[in-house]
Amino acid sequence: MAQVQLHGVTVALGGRDVVREVSAEAAAGELIVIVGPNGAGKTTLLRAIAGLVAPRAGTVRVLGHDPLRAPRRVIARELAYLPQRYELAFPFAVEEVVLLGRYARQRGLGLAGDADLAAARDAMAACDVAHLTTRRFDELSGGEARRVILAQALCQGARCLLLDEPTAGLDPAHARAIFAMLRAHCDAGATAIAVTHDLDLALRHGGAMWLVAEGRLAARGAPGAVLATAETRAAFGLAIHVGALPSGVPFAVPA
Amino acid sequence: MSGFLVGSAGRLTLPRLALVLAICAGVTGACAALAPLIGTVVDRGGWHVAVMGLGAFDPGSPDHAILWVRIPRVLASLLVGGALAGAGCALQALLRNPLAEPFTLGISSGASLGAVLAIRLGVETVFGFAGLGGAAMVGATATLLAVWRLARIGKQLPPATVVLAGIAMSMFCSSASSLIQSTSDFTEVNHMVQWMFGSTETVRLVAVGYGALPIAAALIVLIGYARELNALSAGAEVAASLGVAVGRTQTVIFVTSSLLVGAAIAVVGPIGFIGLIVPHALRALLGPDHRLLLPASILGGAAALVVFDTLARTIIPLHHLPTGAVTAVVGVPFFIAILLRRKQRAAMWGGG
Repeated sequence: MAQVQLHGVTVALGGRDVVREVSAEAAAGELIVIVGPNGAGKTTLLRAIAGLVAPRAGTVRVLGHDPLRAPRRVIARELAYLPQRYELAFPFAVEEVVLLGRYARQRGLGLAGDADLAAARDAMAACDVAHLTTRRFDELSGGEARRVILAQALCQGARCLLLDEPTAGLDPAHARAIFAMLRAHCDAGATAIAVTHDLDLALRHGGAMWLVAEGRLAARGAPGAVLATAETRAAFGLAIHVGALPSGVPFAVPA
Repeated sequence: MSGFLVGSAGRLTLPRLALVLAICAGVTGACAALAPLIGTVVDRGGWHVAVMGLGAFDPGSPDHAILWVRIPRVLASLLVGGALAGAGCALQALLRNPLAEPFTLGISSGASLGAVLAIRLGVETVFGFAGLGGAAMVGATATLLAVWRLARIGKQLPPATVVLAGIAMSMFCSSASSLIQSTSDFTEVNHMVQWMFGSTETVRLVAVGYGALPIAAALIVLIGYARELNALSAGAEVAASLGVAVGRTQTVIFVTSSLLVGAAIAVVGPIGFIGLIVPHALRALLGPDHRLLLPASILGGAAALVVFDTLARTIIPLHHLPTGAVTAVVGVPFFIAILLRRKQRAAMWGGG
């Protein structure tokens, strides 16, 4: 069953259609990578799926819920969203930031219980930030902060993950580890939709690729095939060469 | 155990919450008990500050009457200090702005305008204190709403525009208040001026009684939203994706904070900067988790205003200064210091 269903989704921002008639679905266990040039509407598409912006037309369903209508608390248990930009107004410690992810699963005072702590521990280990637990979030490097926010999203315990450039600002080793972790997460039954400009990682780890250009879903399919299409060349204004290392690991470079 | 009481090195635990709040409550209680015993006396040796013994609490003691003159203003300070600090703390999280405060947001001026208008139109003579208080609350809410609308750029509330909008509204409201004063008769003006000083000097026990219920209720509502305030620190969109019903939460916090400020100002007149100084100092001390910070700010604000009020009536011989003047003398440099801190300056102009 498709966990995320989009039907004719059109989103207007400031009177301009930024996302146009996108119809697609993501099934349980799928890791979908969204690629496309800057300003193509990738972020807006993710925000529409997350219920953070209302489509002008079309429908969005996440595990059967309309994310705009269902209570946010219900949606947050099923769907986590990693924004591109994240700014905290106050100097929370890393562990506090990660535990904010448990909001939708806590009641009353919301003091962390055993389940919350276990989820936070697992998420911090998965994102390699366990050693930062007591550090102040505002004093972290960009890449460290990115991983902490990702841990917050994972900590939500949602079956669907929407990630806007999860590896932006990460060093190559951490970027690869994050995609490998997402892959493992999806193999365990989760669904992840990740916007990325990291074509190599998208090619290696993505189960399917959506190419978004000028708000439209211009191509979709296996990453290697999508990257080789004429649509991809037109969208980026250059051809993407897909090859394989001697070890058999595929790579993608602008030709 | 370092970092258990002071600083934020990790998540909040029940023992830490209980212990820190117990200490805050103890300090506040001690301030409240000591304050009415402290006062100035004039004798042949001149003027000096004198502390009465605990015996003054005995109804038979000659000092008992003096004690009862001071008690209403101590109670008023507790109530108003807690309300202003609680509202300041909540507004800072809601607007994601360390400079947000009833005074800097222009809410105090709005409440004053409401009260001045009530005096001018005779609402107060018909409905008494409730009329004045109601008008102050309406003024507070309307101003906060106006600041919110003015400062909003798209869906963002950049801290700098919030402060600018607050200043603009503040200037508008004080000009309007002056205009109303200039068309009022002598007794009305006298009443307005006395009230606008922001002083606990003339507060009556009955006003404290009127203010206590709405303020206590509003503070309890705010504390109930402490977790939402934490989530909102990361912005409305992140809070929504974490599961917060953002629209409802923002409305409740806005209305509740305005109500608090309006009620507090109705009791003693405009008193500034308690809502800025106390949450800021406690955040540096205890960390930013609002489940701890908000109740601690309420208790701390109560204690701080009692201390400021006691200073106001003892610092200059035979003159009772308006409490609001004393808090402003301390508060304005504090405000400027925060403004000049480099990190926050970058955050302010960086928007978000």
